[in-house]
Amino acid sequence: MQELNYREMGLLDEEYEKIKEIMGREPNYLELSIWAVMWSEHCGYKNSRPLLKTFPTEGPRVIQGPGENAGIVDIGDGQALVFKIESHNHPSAIEPYQGAATGVGGIVRDIFTMGARPIASLNSLRFGNIEDARVRELFAGVVAGIGDYGNCLGIPTVGGEVYFNPSYQGNPLVNAMCVGLVNSDEIALAVASDVGSPLMLVGAKTGRDGIHGATFASEELSEKSQQKRPSVQVGDPFMEKLLIEACLQLIKEDLVAGMQDLGAAGLTSSISESASKKGRGVEIDVLKVPRREKGMTPYEIMISESQERMLIVPRAGKEKRIKEIFDTWGLDAVVIGQVTDDGMFRVFEGKKMVGEVPNAELTAGCPVYVRAGQEPSYYQECKRFDIDALPEIKIGEALQKLLGSPNIASKRWVYSQYDYQVMTNTSIIPGNGDAAVLRIKGTDKGVAMTTDCNSRFVYLDPYQGGMLAVCESARNLACVGARPLALTNCLNFGNPEKTHIYWQMQESIKGMAAAAKNLNTPVVSGNVSLYNETAAGAIYPTPVVGMVGLLPDIKHRVDMSFKDEGDIVVLLGRLRDELGGSEYLAVCHGVESGAVPVVDLDEEKKLIELSLELIGKDMLKSCHDISEGGLAVALAESAIKGNIGFKVNIEGQKGRADKTLFSEAPGRVAVSLERDKLPELTAMANNKEIEVHVIGQVEGSNICINKGNQHINMAVCDAAKIWGEAIECHMK
Amino acid sequence: MLKANVYVTLKEGVLDPQGDAVKKSLHVLEYQGVKEVRIGKFIEVCLESKDKESALRELEEMSDKLLANPVMEDYRVEIVEVE
Amino acid sequence: MRFGVVVFPGSNCDADCYHVIKDVLQEEVDYIWHKESQLGAYDAIILPGGFSYGDYLRTGAIARFSPIMPAVIDFANRGGLVIGICNGFQILLEAGLLPGAMLRNQSLKFICDTAYLKVKRNDTPFTNQLAAGQLMKVPIAHGEGNYYCDEATLEELRRNNQILFTYSNAAGEDSPDFNPNGSIANIAGIINKEGNVLGMMPHPERCSEEVLGGTDGVNIFVSMVKSFQEVIQRCKN
Repeated sequence: MQELNYREMGLLDEEYEKIKEIMGREPNYLELSIWAVMWSEHCGYKNSRPLLKTFPTEGPRVIQGPGENAGIVDIGDGQALVFKIESHNHPSAIEPYQGAATGVGGIVRDIFTMGARPIASLNSLRFGNIEDARVRELFAGVVAGIGDYGNCLGIPTVGGEVYFNPSYQGNPLVNAMCVGLVNSDEIALAVASDVGSPLMLVGAKTGRDGIHGATFASEELSEKSQQKRPSVQVGDPFMEKLLIEACLQLIKEDLVAGMQDLGAAGLTSSISESASKKGRGVEIDVLKVPRREKGMTPYEIMISESQERMLIVPRAGKEKRIKEIFDTWGLDAVVIGQVTDDGMFRVFEGKKMVGEVPNAELTAGCPVYVRAGQEPSYYQECKRFDIDALPEIKIGEALQKLLGSPNIASKRWVYSQYDYQVMTNTSIIPGNGDAAVLRIKGTDKGVAMTTDCNSRFVYLDPYQGGMLAVCESARNLACVGARPLALTNCLNFGNPEKTHIYWQMQESIKGMAAAAKNLNTPVVSGNVSLYNETAAGAIYPTPVVGMVGLLPDIKHRVDMSFKDEGDIVVLLGRLRDELGGSEYLAVCHGVESGAVPVVDLDEEKKLIELSLELIGKDMLKSCHDISEGGLAVALAESAIKGNIGFKVNIEGQKGRADKTLFSEAPGRVAVSLERDKLPELTAMANNKEIEVHVIGQVEGSNICINKGNQHINMAVCDAAKIWGEAIECHMK
Repeated sequence: MLKANVYVTLKEGVLDPQGDAVKKSLHVLEYQGVKEVRIGKFIEVCLESKDKESALRELEEMSDKLLANPVMEDYRVEIVEVE
Repeated sequence: MRFGVVVFPGSNCDADCYHVIKDVLQEEVDYIWHKESQLGAYDAIILPGGFSYGDYLRTGAIARFSPIMPAVIDFANRGGLVIGICNGFQILLEAGLLPGAMLRNQSLKFICDTAYLKVKRNDTPFTNQLAAGQLMKVPIAHGEGNYYCDEATLEELRRNNQILFTYSNAAGEDSPDFNPNGSIANIAGIINKEGNVLGMMPHPERCSEEVLGGTDGVNIFVSMVKSFQEVIQRCKN
């Protein structure tokens, strides 16, 4: 393999100088590689750390905030949820199937490393225009990769989102989230090891997979990255399944002092991190690492990103029992080194020392860049965009177009490739509710989870867009009856060295932090993916929110489908008419612009409380939040899912029908209920100062909407066909 | 008409979980001599052509574009029959 | 009644089956590790779903050689009740306890969905709590559930009434139009000639509780318990 210089490894001149200063000499090639991977954005968060510090991270239910492999929240009865979302964008752009599969593998390892059994996966995907053949290939590969890996593991993939937008052409986003369940007294935190403790490596053999993947993930995609192709990792879900079972058994039997998965930057990062917790040092012998390929150099062994490997620090005297357990599962576990007391990270090749780096500097010494963001000119221009100048089109035609838009249409083509029911906990399956709901066996509880981000909003107005992403997640959880507890986020942006990109990061993080604080949903884990750019430009800023919630009693859960003839249809929240950044503007007018709807956090919070109260009292038969496509699409989806029609009259609002029906303004949900429950609902809503609009009732087999002199009348089965088959038709 | 065999194999060094699982299973069946198993694909292609040279070029092109995944696979083309 | 759930490396519905037997049916149940070479005193054996050995080479092909399998085959040959679900069905085919083979789904994609099953007969240990012709809504989740056998075998399956479940629509029509995976004759589940070994692709353990949206599947397990009790009763008399 051709040697790279420090710049090719992604280090800046001043960083290289700092390394020389720390070491008091020139680093050798192995040492330089270790510095480069540890000081990459992916491992060191050097561009994002100051911004991440502004997130609220504490709350009464938070057991573990950021800084560990995943965050943990208490769900009562001595149980907790462990969860995190992570990106695998660059590997998926190069090899969609393996890239996505290994993305799932990585996040699942983060969860069981903490002692939790993974109980659900979700994913948030972004692609370019679905009309493009290469995009379809990427989309199909990613979905198959996620499915095949998760299905084989037996972890249900229960939710997520898929969006198509030209800004992701050539730079798709693949963010995978995993949620685990753990007894609070069995949580395993990252290694805090004693001097002399052995380090055991278990799982797959090490090959030349993904060498320099971490630095690779911190670069823009170019022709050059195409040439780096041979570094793609291959996933082995079977191996991972065995690792899960074996590692959870180790924790159950309290055999390990620490456990760390090998992810980005492989052995280097996991060893360095396990030693850094107590200021320890570490030494390892690369010849003891089981290798798959001949002639691997220490450099290759240290930074290989071969998948399905774990680093274990046994409790004193427990090595033998650990080996027995791994043996039962047919896994090899070997001692490759030990913890030392002098804070140095030393690499040996047999007896010969081939590299020596001060460990504390590797982790805590990573430089941090506080950059100056600058508001780009597009921001004000878009805000001023005059929507009234656009012609009003027939709302019936608009609804048809929206239902057929791949961003709104049913994602059945995707989730039918995922086993979403294995483990027999999934109570609200994908597509049936605003969030997935899982029962917790042996209790009455349910947990709900969702991922959300409308990146068009974030692009047009990062501050509002950041708030909107958090609010939508929380609202989605409330719509199934779950109280939002905490969130994880995956911050996907372009090149932070560009001032407008840094501004997008700053502003959206500010918005997310404000909403998270207000809604009492602290940020407990997350991941940052920068440099998501191609020659054509940066992606839309996409800070994806993954949120979990709790249902005290799962029998109250509610889905989105209309149920019975004669039930009244009610809009909770205000009739609003902001159209900026809507799917309607994009699909029907070819415009991605306008002022983004304004978030009222207090109103949002009250609406969430109201929804939870109503659902807790079994007052609602359906509940669906208003998001992409606005009120009209929300109602149509409830009808399609229930296979029953409705008749709705929108009164009390002047102005264009398209604005009222397709506005994606937040803080609203559409519900159905028995007519005689209306007085109680109204009283409860008044209490919370939430507007109640009785807009119609469930009836017949048609979607009927009247607004002023505009009308929609469409058979539910026709709407179902358009909505249900749109993505499938593209993928044939 | 012309018939070709295309052998698609994983590149050297690329992990083959399937091959490893089969190898272990062969060991369980007491074929201890098995040192490595790697699994690939075998594809038969019939072509409307009689010119070996150009057919070979065409098949290589097909392999680059579709039959093999150049990210992780190698291929070998054999022309086996010309009618 | 005592059930045994065989755990192969890569099984992932083992815990789901265990849960239904223990917590829903409240019968006795144990896991049986695939490396065991003898079965204890069990009244029924479940080969659960999953991806034994990663489904590498062929589904069920490697699991079929697990140390436990000779004991399972022996148990079946002595008339013991064996149910193979999804990957368990695939293992039963590879082991030769049931005829035929599994191909990839016609769509070439993994399918997770809910299928309507038509119960073809109820005079078996697996369906005595169901009515012949009855429809069940049962989840499916597989990449290779496209059951295949040659004409002669199909003829024999028909002649011996070995086809226990077929895929159908909500109206009970089991025509090729309502076939999720391309399975020959819409076959979703078959039994052996003797009637004590069932292989089925759909997952009854996933629809055995109301909280999961349906309870059609539990009837299969309840049937097994019922049939076992009848045998005991007969022996006592």
